[in-house]
Amino acid sequence: MLETPQETFQARPGLFLVSAVPPLLWLALLFFLPLFLIWGYSFGEKRGLIDIEVVWTLQNYADALDPVYVKIFFRTLFYTALTTAICLIIGFPVALVVAFADERWKPFLLLLIVLPFWTNLLIRTFALMRILGRKGTINGILEKLHGSLDAALQFLGFAGLGTFQAVPMLFNHFGVVFGLVYVALPFMVLPLYAALERLDKSHLEASLDLGAGQIRTFLFVIVPMTATGIVSGLIITFIPTLGSFLTPDLLGGPDSAMIATIIARQFGDANHWPFGSAIAWLLVYVTFFLLALQAVFTARRESRLRQAGERATGQEHGAAA
Amino acid sequence: MKNKTVKNKTTSLQTNRRGFLAATGALGALSATGLGIERARAAGKLVFYNWSTYIDEETIPEFSDQFGIEVSEDFFADNDELFNKLRTGNPGYDVIVPTNDYVHRMIEAGMIQELDHGRIANVKNIGQTFLNPAFDPGRKYSLPYMWGTIGIGYRKSAVDGTIDSWKDIFDSDRFSGRLAILGDADSMLSSVKKYLGYSLNDTDPDLIKRCGEVLKKQKPHITEVADDNGQDLLAAGEVDVAVEWNGDIAQLIVEDDDIGYVIPKEGGLLWEDALAIPTGAPNVDNAYSFINQLLDADVGARIADYIQYATPNTAALRQMSSEYRNNPAIFPPESVLATCETATYKGEAYLEVISRTWDEFLAA
Repeated sequence: MLETPQETFQARPGLFLVSAVPPLLWLALLFFLPLFLIWGYSFGEKRGLIDIEVVWTLQNYADALDPVYVKIFFRTLFYTALTTAICLIIGFPVALVVAFADERWKPFLLLLIVLPFWTNLLIRTFALMRILGRKGTINGILEKLHGSLDAALQFLGFAGLGTFQAVPMLFNHFGVVFGLVYVALPFMVLPLYAALERLDKSHLEASLDLGAGQIRTFLFVIVPMTATGIVSGLIITFIPTLGSFLTPDLLGGPDSAMIATIIARQFGDANHWPFGSAIAWLLVYVTFFLLALQAVFTARRESRLRQAGERATGQEHGAAA
Repeated sequence: MKNKTVKNKTTSLQTNRRGFLAATGALGALSATGLGIERARAAGKLVFYNWSTYIDEETIPEFSDQFGIEVSEDFFADNDELFNKLRTGNPGYDVIVPTNDYVHRMIEAGMIQELDHGRIANVKNIGQTFLNPAFDPGRKYSLPYMWGTIGIGYRKSAVDGTIDSWKDIFDSDRFSGRLAILGDADSMLSSVKKYLGYSLNDTDPDLIKRCGEVLKKQKPHITEVADDNGQDLLAAGEVDVAVEWNGDIAQLIVEDDDIGYVIPKEGGLLWEDALAIPTGAPNVDNAYSFINQLLDADVGARIADYIQYATPNTAALRQMSSEYRNNPAIFPPESVLATCETATYKGEAYLEVISRTWDEFLAA
């Protein structure tokens, strides 16, 4: 499979170059250049109100590693890790259902997963506020249930339940993590689904036929065979969640600021671009680290698979001989 | 983040979700920088960079017809957006509407040009009290458009007794779990300064530290630090008390008479949005005509009536209904107003202390 594009490239280098120029230019101008500028600013100093001079100071990074910001960094990491874990736990069964669903239903189920992307995140977040709030939908239903139960108990001669206390779900950690999971879940489900879709289902039949139960088959066949998809899902969920801005802002309380809130303020009313750039780049460094980790993981896995394959072929040859 | 809300909200009489406005504003900004401005460089054009729906619907077409000038209006969502747009040079705006401390900031940064009052006859309509503000002494660079306050919006039926002091907001469990403050670092810390009995333009770092400590101590009682939706939370019943820009609350009062607005006795923050001509404006002559038009008595009255903000235009005010003039959310009583102050730009070092103190509050 992999050979085909390489051959085309070798056969027609001219065509390849021409078609590669626009996307490369796009990438360079609109991605690398701004990122590089911000990287430069992160070593800069403010000169008055507007000008920034790049003096290769590490002061901005030193400021960013102050306990105040480290605390917000750790809070951000905690929210992100928790969100990613919850997404994996919820996302895996969902991906399994879609992957093993009847072919007729698959497009529809996939559509349901990407459906939230059809509406702007801001609007969805405002909707979540209406659902989770003190006077929101869920608490409304709970209050009704509470009222009915209370009336029923009193009718039967028991003591009442007292007044209804709204369950706090908004402006706290719960609200933030709920919102983050809600946003990130499709990012987890899609790579998992892709990995499960590629999975040769005969392995599962073999495992079940040979006496492994459902759980063992899941843990020792499905999970290892979709490991690359799981890692992709984890990374593609983790990275965007790390930079969340809107969700903690609207669904969180005073204790929920994530690092993106701080970055945005540095470029806004705090007017301190160099400091904002340094914090932003700290996030980029974390991302690089994670991607490198993923590359190492994939490489090691592939070499292990290759070795296993060679060993298997060797044994076959041995047996044949 | 400054007045983002104020403008968006008040003005959006039908659409209450600022998201739409922010989005359309951003789109508008994009298209205007790309296309509108290029066209407007020719004679007979003008680009007005304003808060979204911060002017009535008739004034611009009327001005166009009268002067034969084609006007395009472009929108910003907050002062930082305006400031950052002009940061690397004026992309083609002729008239802008920054808020007081940003007027000051932009003067310092050389972003706006001196005005020749001789070319703006309607300066005579402006009230005396607006002619010599600390952020622009002698009004050399800017002229007032609208003004207002920061105060406390509250649900009358959920509040026992009166709210008369910042103490209820910054140093009390009276509204614990149902209190929102603004997500604007400088405005909030300045309000704490007023509570502690200092001028809100006091720059003493120790005082700001103290204000930060007050906020940190109060944090368990604060439900939400609302960037631009305190009035929505108040409207939806998620909080009963919200520190907000008056315009946001004034708008809510129109829809819901259970909402009140009060400025605490210690005084609060007065803001003013001003008209200015940015450096490098392509159509300076037209900008003068336009500013003069906006300061006209009839035009000013019509705009104020439409957007429901307090006008600094004395001649316009005389034409306004008593309903408008007696609305406490638009015009606080004179005695209260006397305790309020307008913020000046206090330098980058001050901003750094404010920002740092606020981050400590968020991290605590």
